[in-house]
Amino acid sequence: MSEYKGILVFSERPDLMLEMLGKGRELADKRQTELAAVLIGGNVEDRASELVKYGVDKVYVASSPALERFQAEAYLGVLHSVALAHKPETIMIGSTRNGRPLAARLATRLDAACVPDCTRLGVDENGRLVCERITYGGNAVAKIAFAGKPQIVTVPQRAFDKPVPKERSGQVVSIDVKVDAARTEVVGVKPLEISSVRIEEAEVVVGCGRGLEKKEDRGLLDELAAVLGGQVGSSRPLAEDRKWFTEWVGLSGHKVKPKLYIACGISGVIQHVAGIRDSKVIVAVNKDEQAPIFEIADYGVVGDLYEILPALKEAIRRQQQ
Amino acid sequence: MKRIVVCLKQAIDVSQLKVDSATRQLITASAPRKISDFDKNALEEAVKVKEKTGNVELCTLTMTSEDAKTTLREALAMGSDKAYMVNDAELKNVDTLGTAYVLVEAVRKIGEYDLILCGETSLDSFSGLVGARVAELLGLPFVSSVRKLSVEGETAVAERSLEDSTETVKAKMPCVISVTREINVPRIPSLMMIMKASKKEIVNWTLADVGVQKEKLASKIELVEVLAPKTERKKIKITGESVQEIAEKLAKALIQEGVVKG
Repeated sequence: MSEYKGILVFSERPDLMLEMLGKGRELADKRQTELAAVLIGGNVEDRASELVKYGVDKVYVASSPALERFQAEAYLGVLHSVALAHKPETIMIGSTRNGRPLAARLATRLDAACVPDCTRLGVDENGRLVCERITYGGNAVAKIAFAGKPQIVTVPQRAFDKPVPKERSGQVVSIDVKVDAARTEVVGVKPLEISSVRIEEAEVVVGCGRGLEKKEDRGLLDELAAVLGGQVGSSRPLAEDRKWFTEWVGLSGHKVKPKLYIACGISGVIQHVAGIRDSKVIVAVNKDEQAPIFEIADYGVVGDLYEILPALKEAIRRQQQ
Repeated sequence: MKRIVVCLKQAIDVSQLKVDSATRQLITASAPRKISDFDKNALEEAVKVKEKTGNVELCTLTMTSEDAKTTLREALAMGSDKAYMVNDAELKNVDTLGTAYVLVEAVRKIGEYDLILCGETSLDSFSGLVGARVAELLGLPFVSSVRKLSVEGETAVAERSLEDSTETVKAKMPCVISVTREINVPRIPSLMMIMKASKKEIVNWTLADVGVQKEKLASKIELVEVLAPKTERKKIKITGESVQEIAEKLAKALIQEGVVKG
């Protein structure tokens, strides 16, 4: 068992990589082991020293023009070879739409378990890695321990806070890159029209649901969000069914963790709640007194969002003056 | 094209799941089962591909530790030609790797195939790992998060939905594809289709039939607990004589909480 040692972190998203490093450092300290990270890309040597500042003891750098863009087989090949050579006990991979299959395939190659979307990670009294993840459509939180090694977890965005960087020393190791041939060919990429600030990073989110009657009425939410310095989010039906938004907040969409979440005309189905649960303060505005959203709100207003939102906007403006 | 295999899970209908409020335990045994939503989209897409390319056998495959015939009948009514069920009590607590081993052996037993389709994730456990694991074990290309699919000769052309872009990808078949819920709206089978489905075959296999060794199924994870989350919210109702009064009270509370600048 003891041949596996250390923690290895990878995400193709630089911000998510840094978020995982704080937790990775904590776990490494608890186990008195090493924290390593893998950097993969076209020209990524320069970023290695940054990772050291964020807590990494050893950075494996795989730099090659062929790795400029994310490519599943090539990235998988690099991670697999690092995992075989250094036998990390725990591998943390950023849970993006590319990262999750990457983790699943790496786990399969290593004949290992994988626990996806861990929102909490810790070590129990027996020294086992224990993860928590949301399951059953938001109805439950599962606590899962690993029975073998290596242990692979994926971590969603904003689950952990980015650590504070400091000057420290670490080792940078260039690895010989053997680029595995691609099995799929990317023939086109189209950027999505999304707001310049990512909703995960917004401090205030004004969320709207089916209580919004017309697409044009979203102005009400925009105005309130503007006063609060926040962003507007939508529930899944407004995005997937009515196509008024391209993205949504919820279990299958973005998971947000703002200081303030204002749910407007959102009934509060469990899948939506799973996406907002970690908000610091939740406010619910809904016409239906029985709406389940009130059960998970700190402040609830039974009323029409068309009346409450403009009044709230004015009230905040007045009190700020 | 010869054959499409759609892997689908009989999932717990999470919208009808009840929680024992005293213990926070989920009451899963009596909760209704259904085709996992995302897998239903995969099946619908397979039916559409079949409608376009013709002469393809469309098979659905499920792995389960409880009877799934009713669920598979629905899949047959939607347009699947034949259904396969690996049903064995031994499969009760297998993890995603064990699931993938079983599906892979069953797929091999079914025979030649061009396309394996599945949902991006499952409705109940929401792991989203099995499709990728199946592809890896079969040594096939894997295209995930697909929101648009077409088949051109021996190539699958798929539009993937990523966080900040959509990506169009070509993969030579056979390959494994996982779909998102945006890809289509699954059809509701007509009475005629339901009646036709009752004549279609459901093949029932045990673990021994597909030849997976038990050691392969040993779970590498241990479920410590599954509990409904605690909600520790203030649940303060704000009331007032007028909308303005309510708004003033709420604004004041949010400033006091420190979440709105005062």
